[in-house]
Amino acid sequence: MIWLNGRELEGRDGVTVADLLTELGVEPQARGVAVAVDGEVVPRADWTRRAVEPGARVEALTAMQGG
Amino acid sequence: MTVSAEDPLVVAGRELRSRLILGTGGFPRMETLAEAIRVSGTGLVTVALRRIDPQSPHSLADVLQECGVDVLPNTAGCFTARDAVLTAGLAREAFETDWIKLEVIGDERTLLPDATELLSAAEQLVAQGFTVLPYTTDDPVLARRLEDVGCAAVMPLGSPIGSGMGIRNAYNLQLIVERAGVPVILDAGVGTASDAALAMELGCDAVLCASAISRAEDPRAMARAIRAGVEGGRLARLAGRIPRRLHAEASSSFEGLAEL
Repeated sequence: MIWLNGRELEGRDGVTVADLLTELGVEPQARGVAVAVDGEVVPRADWTRRAVEPGARVEALTAMQGG
Repeated sequence: MTVSAEDPLVVAGRELRSRLILGTGGFPRMETLAEAIRVSGTGLVTVALRRIDPQSPHSLADVLQECGVDVLPNTAGCFTARDAVLTAGLAREAFETDWIKLEVIGDERTLLPDATELLSAAEQLVAQGFTVLPYTTDDPVLARRLEDVGCAAVMPLGSPIGSGMGIRNAYNLQLIVERAGVPVILDAGVGTASDAALAMELGCDAVLCASAISRAEDPRAMARAIRAGVEGGRLARLAGRIPRRLHAEASSSFEGLAEL
C-alpha cells in the first residue's frame, strides 16, 4: 500500500513519484507542483527516478487560493 | 506616473509594483480573482499549498501567470514550526521562489499566530536561505525578535484574519513601525478602504488584503477602493499630517476683521 494524498493505493514494484503524479492527472513537468514523501521534499529533478516504497506517505501539492 | 511607481516598496532588495499585496483566498470564481488582481494594481499575490484535486478544472498557477503577478506562497494551516518549515520547502520547489509568507497558527478559533513556533520557524527558514515574511501579532517585542532573526519584513495583524475589524491597536502598530528596520506590512483585519488608508497613515509600508476584497459584494469595486485607500494613506503619511489639538485653530486670520 502507498498513501497518496491520504488515499490508499495498491503499491507496485518500482513505482515512481512521476507515476503517482500521472495518476493524479499531473503532467510530468507541471508548474506549481511539489511532492513530499514521508515528510521530505522530493526535488522535481528526482520525480522520475525516485521509487516509492510500500507504506510510504506521499503528499502531492499545488497552489490553491489562500490568504 | 502612478504613486507606486514614484515611491516603490522594496523588500529584501526587490522592488514591488504596488504597496497592496492581494491574498487570493475567498474569491468565488477565478474570473473574479483575475479582475480584482488587475484592478488592484498589485504585483504580488499569496497562495496556499494544498493537495492536488484531480477534479479541479482550474489551475490557479496558470491564472496568476496570465495576470503577470508574482506568487508569494504561504504556510497557512500550519500549527507547528516543523510543518511550516516543510511547507516552505515544498513551496520553494513548487514556485521556484525563496520568498515565504510564514504563518504558524496557534488557535483555530482566532487564527492568531503562535509566537514561539513562529519565531522558531522563522529562524530555521532564514538559515535555509528563505526570504521570510512572517504573519505576526501586533506585539512590538515579537516584531523586533522576528527582525532580529533575519526576517525580510514583519506582517502584524490589524485584527484576526477575515474579521474585517480593522486596526484594533493603532498604538502597538505605531510602536512596531517606529522601531522596525524592515518593511512593516499590515496583514489581516482590513474590512474596507479606510482601514487600509489608516494602516498607511500610521506608517505601514504596505497592506495585505484578501477577504475584504474577495468577500465584498462587488470584489472588483472593492479592489479599486482599497487600492485608492492604500495610495491615499501613503500620500498622507509622506505629506505629514497636522498635529491633533484639543481646541480650534482658526484658518482665517482675525487680523483686519471688520468692526461691524
